[in-house]
Amino acid sequence: MLITLAILLDGIVFASYLFLVSIGLTLIFGVMKILNAAHGSFYAFGAYCSASALGLYFTADRPVFGAYVLMLLSAIAIGVVVGLILERGLLRPFQGRDEVLIVLVTYAVSLMFEDIITLIWGTGSLSAYQPFVQAGNFSIGLLTVSYYDLGLVALAFSIALVGWWILRRTRWGHILTAVIHDREMASSFGVNVTKVFTWTFVLGSILGALGGAVMAPKISVTLGIGVEVIVLAFAVVAIGGLGSVEGALIGALIVGLARAASVQLFPEVELFVIYGVMALVLAFRPYGLFTRAQARKI
Amino acid sequence: MVRNLLAATTVAGVALGTTLATTAPALAQDKYKIGIITFLTGPGAPPFGIPARNSAEMVAEAINKGALPAPYNTKGIGGREIELVIVDENGPTAEKVTDYRNLVQRDKVDFVVGYISSGNCLAVAPVAEELKKITLFFDCGTPRTFEDADLKYVFRVTPHALMDNVAAARYVADKFPKLESFAGLNQNYAWGQDSWRDFVGAMKTLSPAAKVTKELFPKLMAGEFGSEISALSISGAGVVHSSHWGGDLESLIFQASARGLTAKTPFVITTGESAIYRLKEKMPDGMMIGGRGAHGIFSQANPLNNWFQPAFRTRFKDEPNYPSYHMFQSLLGLKTGVDKAMAAAGGKAPTDDQVIAAMEGMEFDTASGKIRMALGKGHQGIGEIAYGTTKFDKEKGQASVVDMKRYGAECVNPPPGVKSLDWLEKGMPGAKC
Repeated sequence: MLITLAILLDGIVFASYLFLVSIGLTLIFGVMKILNAAHGSFYAFGAYCSASALGLYFTADRPVFGAYVLMLLSAIAIGVVVGLILERGLLRPFQGRDEVLIVLVTYAVSLMFEDIITLIWGTGSLSAYQPFVQAGNFSIGLLTVSYYDLGLVALAFSIALVGWWILRRTRWGHILTAVIHDREMASSFGVNVTKVFTWTFVLGSILGALGGAVMAPKISVTLGIGVEVIVLAFAVVAIGGLGSVEGALIGALIVGLARAASVQLFPEVELFVIYGVMALVLAFRPYGLFTRAQARKI
Repeated sequence: MVRNLLAATTVAGVALGTTLATTAPALAQDKYKIGIITFLTGPGAPPFGIPARNSAEMVAEAINKGALPAPYNTKGIGGREIELVIVDENGPTAEKVTDYRNLVQRDKVDFVVGYISSGNCLAVAPVAEELKKITLFFDCGTPRTFEDADLKYVFRVTPHALMDNVAAARYVADKFPKLESFAGLNQNYAWGQDSWRDFVGAMKTLSPAAKVTKELFPKLMAGEFGSEISALSISGAGVVHSSHWGGDLESLIFQASARGLTAKTPFVITTGESAIYRLKEKMPDGMMIGGRGAHGIFSQANPLNNWFQPAFRTRFKDEPNYPSYHMFQSLLGLKTGVDKAMAAAGGKAPTDDQVIAAMEGMEFDTASGKIRMALGKGHQGIGEIAYGTTKFDKEKGQASVVDMKRYGAECVNPPPGVKSLDWLEKGMPGAKC
């Protein structure tokens, strides 16, 4: 019973983390058809900014509530800056070019970002665990659950809900959907596609940075953290279907629960299980679970 | 006429070539070039690579000035200044082998001191033999380096990783004589798997009643250990063993602390010493830690340590951790070997074979105690190790350990000629504790 509960709780917490790091990636691909290999760098920038800001914040004896606001603000700030610079400065000239070329460009950007992070923050690690530890915990038998982890679940769920609401219920969401389906047609109806691209990319960048910002208190913020994240995020969006928000959510849940179950029941296959699930899904649904059928243009 | 011109050109070419060939070593004799390979980027850099690089630079300067305490207070190595060529270890193993070849064949280094990753050590060792270049591994831990092959040009003055886990098991057995169960959380690659295997092997002899309740091997650099912490909590293990290092170790500590696991279950962390200075109060009290040797917080006062610790603190505003001590030990080992070989050669520059002969089986003092090249046919060093339990010193605002125990080299290492695994399986016969 306790093991089942642990699988459910840990699976959902891990799924929340995966959803936070993959939602921005899938959004950018869905709208712009850019497979952003630099998405892990957004996560890393968010984590470094958040850890730095929290480090300064906690030098004085300040209430922990302010730290949560600070994490959010630091993610928005760095997401806007990095997203705008990358989209306006580098990706716009490549707009409409081969998708593989853009993958290579964003991969090169990720390597440069790693060096920029080293230049700014050096090679040392940062840690800012106070928001995580001070959030407290409660126990169910031998199992202790962190309130911070539950907060992550709530955050991921809120973002999924707001994302769904914006896409389905707002004018901006309808414009976005039109661009996703046919950017040329949307443009001919007066939609400023370039502006939509910029907003989308910045939003994706903020979401990537938010993933890093909220994970910063849980991890050692050190060089290379973005690499691991991008691999997981690609696995999640491949399962859910590139460009699908629902797919990212379901993909994250499948991976999260599968991993938690394997750690509890079959720890020897833990390393394999994420990619095993991905291979299984892709064997039956080569474009992922939630990819719509594409009309072929003649 | 043409034939004469060709002959004259050939003779001149050969003469010029001969002149260059004979002058080249003379130029090279001005300095010894030493290739240093350590992590300068990537997750291994902050806890291991950078402290080791800092140590190499500081010690090299002191060697050149003759500023080290006696008996290392002669200038240079073999009377020659040393120049470091520092290379990043981060990257695929195949690339590291290429880097090694470049150091030897392009940069013409005289010696190589390097490698933190055991994978890199295993890959580079045969290349060092092929290129006939004296190479000192300074931090990688795998015992297989000298147990699976007879190596002539490769040395490792720092002890191998078996003693991390044998000492960890001895410390746990000493501290918890009635231990009923234990669990392991180790990274899923050679280092983590070997560490766990060695710890379990030693525990079978030292705590035969204790059962393994959980064995977990998360991916290297996983960062998120929620499921593992739940599994360990539910397992009810009396002690959790981990050889995590770097960012993974720090993330594990944060997450296990926040979920109360470190308060309920004592951890024994074989690389814990490398993290305590950075973590300070974030390292929970009651963690049993080691760091392959009697380094840093485990070190004792002696002239070398009395020079090294304050010099490192002053220069880098940081505490020297065990990788920085390992680098110091390796450079001292190289200096000892070359100086000894030069003395045996009557003050002339020694050949590689003379240096190798001098290094095989040598003994020398370091900041962390005596090193004896007792294993691997004289190519593998052994030294003492210490374990302790963390207790943050709030008054001084710095990390400290209590219940420190020291284990002699022969207590935690197999006798010469015995393979580590065989020694563990037979119940560690001949251990002198």
